[in-house]
Amino acid sequence: MTYPIEQIRADFPILSEKIRNKPLVYLDNAASCQKPQAVIDSIVKLYSHDYANVHRGVHTLSVRSTDLFEAAREKVKTFINAQSEKEIIFVRGATDAINLVAQTYGKANIHAGDEIIITAMEHHSNIVPWQMLCEEKGAILKIAPMNFDGELLMQEFEALLNPKTKLVSVVQMSNALGTINPVEKIIELAHAKNIPVLLDGAQAIPHTIVDVQALDCDFYVFSGHKLYAPTGVGVLYGKKALLEAMPPYQGGGDMIRTVTFEKSTYAGLPHKFEAGTPSIAEVIGLGSAIDYLNTIGMDKIAAHEAQLLTYATQEALKIDGLKIIGEAKEKGAILSFTLGKIHPHDIGTMLDSLGIAIRAGHHCAMPVMDFYKVPATARASFAMYNTKAEIDVLISGIKSLIEMFG
Amino acid sequence: MFEDLRELYQEVIFDHNRNPRNFRVMENYDRMVEGFNPLCGDRLTLFLKMDGDLITDASFQGSGCAISTASVSLMTEIVKDKTEAQADALFKTFHEMTTGKEEHINLEAVGKLAVLAGVREYPARVKCATLAWHTLDAALKNEQQSISTE
Ligand SMILES: Cc1ncc(COP(=O)(O)O)c(C=O)c1O
Repeated sequence: MTYPIEQIRADFPILSEKIRNKPLVYLDNAASCQKPQAVIDSIVKLYSHDYANVHRGVHTLSVRSTDLFEAAREKVKTFINAQSEKEIIFVRGATDAINLVAQTYGKANIHAGDEIIITAMEHHSNIVPWQMLCEEKGAILKIAPMNFDGELLMQEFEALLNPKTKLVSVVQMSNALGTINPVEKIIELAHAKNIPVLLDGAQAIPHTIVDVQALDCDFYVFSGHKLYAPTGVGVLYGKKALLEAMPPYQGGGDMIRTVTFEKSTYAGLPHKFEAGTPSIAEVIGLGSAIDYLNTIGMDKIAAHEAQLLTYATQEALKIDGLKIIGEAKEKGAILSFTLGKIHPHDIGTMLDSLGIAIRAGHHCAMPVMDFYKVPATARASFAMYNTKAEIDVLISGIKSLIEMFG
Repeated sequence: MFEDLRELYQEVIFDHNRNPRNFRVMENYDRMVEGFNPLCGDRLTLFLKMDGDLITDASFQGSGCAISTASVSLMTEIVKDKTEAQADALFKTFHEMTTGKEEHINLEAVGKLAVLAGVREYPARVKCATLAWHTLDAALKNEQQSISTE
């Protein structure tokens, strides 16, 4: 079956928007994806017909809301093939999930002199929470290096593993470079030394089939908004035994079993980590996004995006002076580039005037910019709804702006 | 192709971007401040030579986009031989010109800087134009070694 690109594009109302009188070419998907009508409708339907707080009332609407909310948890569980819905913790996003692990698992298990390993290509959200923890505990953050193609140096990574290593936290797909890391191998090596592994799947999950049991990762985190779902919702997956042993994160309503002024006892999984009223509509929207993706098929989406990346890379390389930042053999749908003296911000403004949305900046990965000795890059990132024709618009836009700069 | 952008990217801006003026390290500076825009990673170092409250020389180093490079380049030209008070007044007018709600701004008062008036229409780029001036402001106040736009 051919990929139903026309139908998919029609499913995303914003794609027919005009920007500066030009058809929108949305290539900033790594920052956040657009939402299909099905997701928008699910939120409108909830607020119009089914909304109330969850887990708190006996009245009809509360039951409806709770059922929809818990159904979304079930959908996430199936989508990433977790063993149990108890392993699916709803949080605000990938950042929140990593902070949760740092503040609970980290605080309980990481002590002075212990080591945490991350990589040279992490997003700030997988650097700073560990730095804060290390500072507090007197632990040490170790950085596994990469080569200039943006590939992790596996021998060096392996050499970092030692009895003091208490956690490995790595990005599955880099948002600044597009690199897809050999996470199976990383997990195998770490597990051989009984070290747990957290995968930052924020970028990977919209582009690949994720099976946390096959991966055997200990924690997996992602954000809904990069998976065609609303902002304000993300997921922490953790192996049940690990989550059960962890102290709670925030205290409040929903996360307790009993409260007295002397002592409180905590709820079981997953509620132990979900203090307070959650992002109800957003969680339900995430469930709808997953339903939508399942109707297309993640394998087909991945194949479509791989074609787009190959085409974009091939055309970009024909442009004199264009340098691709991140040329790993295993790469997801991200094209990060520089144009010599033309600053990425100028590239961003100029492409915007042609209706093309790209990201210009350090992509919350300043250490990656330092490594390549550039202040910033321009980044085009592709999603399920992008087309070769849009890449042609991008490439011709880049050529014209080079001409204008002279 | 870029008709809409001509207001923003005027020839003078390209010229200053290609050949920035006063782009050098100053040896015997009296003031040196680093300006940083964490949003985009732009960094510049501004040097001033003072004689009392008179700015006798200004120069800069650093890298940034065309708008920020042109802005700092133009600024180093225009503040030379101005008093602190005059430079401060220019900063205020420039700020108004780039961010102001006022319909009528006295473009004559800012001279060559008027080429940067176009950023008004591009809120995401205003900080590129004003980074230089915030850095100057810090240098004149002589309180900090570095400033950030965020
Ligand atoms: C690789 C990676 N990790 C983590 C994050 C953080 O996601 P969020 O800002 O949604 O919490 C991002 C988002 O930019 C990302 O690209």
